Amino acid sequence: MGQRITIDPVTRIEGHAKITIHLDDAGQVADARFHVVEFRGFEKFCEGRPFWEMPGITARVCGICPVSHLLASAKTGDAILAVKIPPPAEKLRRLMNLAQIIQSHALSFFHLSGPDLFLGMDYDPKKRNIFGLIEADPDLARKGIRLRQFGQQVIALLGKQKIHPAWSVPGGVRDPLSDEGRSWIRDRLPESKATVIEALGRLKAVLDQFTEEQLSFGAFPSLFMGLVTPEGGWEHYDGHLRFTDSEGRVVADRLHERDYRSFIGEAVQPDSYLKSPYYRPLGSPDGMYRVGPLARLNICTHMGTPRADQELWEFRDRFTRTVTGSFHYHYARLIEILCCVEKIESMIDDPDLRSTHLRAEAGVNNLEGVGVSEAPRGTLFHHYVVDENGLIRSVNLIIATGQNNLAMNRSMKQIAQHFIKDTKAIPEGILNRLEAGIRAFDPCLSCSTHALGQMPLRVQFVGPDGTVYDEIKRD
Amino acid sequence: MAVKTLTIDGTLLSAREEQTVLQAARDAGIAIPTLCQLDGLSTVGACRMCLVDIEGTGRLLPACTTRVAEGMVIHTKTERLQSYRRMIVELLFAERNHICAVCVANGACELQDLAIEVGMDHVRFDYLHPECSVDISHKRFGLDHNRCVLCTRCVRACDEVEGAHTWDVAGRGTAARVITDMAQPWGTSETCTSCGKCVQACPTGALFIKGMTVAESRKDRSEIGFLVTAREKKQWVV
Repeated sequence: MGQRITIDPVTRIEGHAKITIHLDDAGQVADARFHVVEFRGFEKFCEGRPFWEMPGITARVCGICPVSHLLASAKTGDAILAVKIPPPAEKLRRLMNLAQIIQSHALSFFHLSGPDLFLGMDYDPKKRNIFGLIEADPDLARKGIRLRQFGQQVIALLGKQKIHPAWSVPGGVRDPLSDEGRSWIRDRLPESKATVIEALGRLKAVLDQFTEEQLSFGAFPSLFMGLVTPEGGWEHYDGHLRFTDSEGRVVADRLHERDYRSFIGEAVQPDSYLKSPYYRPLGSPDGMYRVGPLARLNICTHMGTPRADQELWEFRDRFTRTVTGSFHYHYARLIEILCCVEKIESMIDDPDLRSTHLRAEAGVNNLEGVGVSEAPRGTLFHHYVVDENGLIRSVNLIIATGQNNLAMNRSMKQIAQHFIKDTKAIPEGILNRLEAGIRAFDPCLSCSTHALGQMPLRVQFVGPDGTVYDEIKRD
Repeated sequence: MAVKTLTIDGTLLSAREEQTVLQAARDAGIAIPTLCQLDGLSTVGACRMCLVDIEGTGRLLPACTTRVAEGMVIHTKTERLQSYRRMIVELLFAERNHICAVCVANGACELQDLAIEVGMDHVRFDYLHPECSVDISHKRFGLDHNRCVLCTRCVRACDEVEGAHTWDVAGRGTAARVITDMAQPWGTSETCTSCGKCVQACPTGALFIKGMTVAESRKDRSEIGFLVTAREKKQWVV
């Protein structure tokens, strides 16, 4: 008789989700599924609002990456206004996005996955959290927390608040960077750079302890997608979209976000509120692609900053030109933080950041607009249709985590099949590996970290008729 | 000029006979919350925020429409009044869709200020969540019925100060809505002069300058009083 194991909720991710493991009659893992059990409804309730308000509204999708929505939405607004924003405004938007990638990646690496990486997958679950990490390695934990603070503070210096700043608007941004803000950022750059370089060293030093995980945490061929610069370098704000395969071949290039429907399809799963986008020419699920730090590193030719480029060459030497193991999202995340810190370093003295001409003014010139930005977790699309006055008629949001949905599901199956040998006695550490497999993607399912390592884990063995045969609880 | 003496919250004070209880209280530095009242416009006593307890009257009266009288003993902060004020604000929030976090007027909204002043930490009534439209057909301004509290300040500013009388109220009860001309899109109004007085008079984010984004609306609500004083007294007090 087939059975199902449920992990509900998945902890140390942003949002609520559960994992189910389906067993066949012989008690072996047949499949594993990742379900997002939240429903938000943003695409519906934004209808009827003036599109100028959309950055402020959609930023509320998430408390970790509000800046990503803010930027994608403002860029969609730019498209509706049909304006090219003042160059200083673009630089300021870039600065905020770099800060956001730093803070979000630092959260993922140190706060959420740090306990797995530096305490161990099988560490006492009561202490396998940020507090346990603080206890075991206060220096590393403090540095990680301060790195996140750096990113958060840059956002606050620009947008007046760390979370949900309504600073980027259709046509540009509201305010420049103050001189005090510039000094603060300049002073904190060396420490931030030193922290990420140290973290890279620490991660490389423990890689050998995770050989099984490297082989099973979503290690399979797939496509990768993200933005690249016109030269093919690493990009986070503009540029064009590129798909590559797991051999590093460019499958599609110079794609424009306004045509996204021609190359991205959105499949709906009956057991999850998360849509499953796929590369349309290949269909679903063959068109499975991954986005985010690992994808961005795979699709680009270079990072564009000295230290980050060195790290990228080492990353590719250590593994392959295109790295297909999702465990290495962690590694990629750190290289990206380094790149972001270096990019801020190189732009911080630009006088444009003090400009007061930051907003292009126009009316509704297009009834439809698509905006794209690279969120920490991957490429984010906003698509609005408006009436002639600018009221929203329809909204479509394609979120980074959704684009990783097919890959996350396949990772669950791979991890479950790799580690679960005896379904009668599954050690807690194995269940944690399933969660850690999800955490590698750093999914952002809603808007907060309120599940931070404190929610109970429930695993149920459920028969096909719904009977609960056994239950394991972790408080 | 006749002078009346009265007592407000235990303070004995004098006021000119044409003054209202609200004006007398303000002159004496005693704050009474208001919403539909705006200096320069006629008073309608609609919102009931400024209700006060006048001994011997047997009922609560709005301070903005009640003239001072000799020997009045007035209480403005009784427990009963404070509970009523909080209830009024809660009912206003329950009646439309006031979503401060994403409102253009966040941080500069009189309804929001009142909620803080009366200590509204939650709303005890079921929200009606009405389907409300947004009209941004006007070239410069927008109207969001979700945020309207029906104070009629826009109606009075347009009628009494600008003289255009573009605004009115149509419908009754919870179905009441401010309208322009014959309930047509604002952008098609033939009487609107696009002066913007209604926008400045509006206490919330219901009327706003088009293109404004979240928390960006900053209104000068003293503008109406300035214009009226200038017109009637030839005094340009800024």
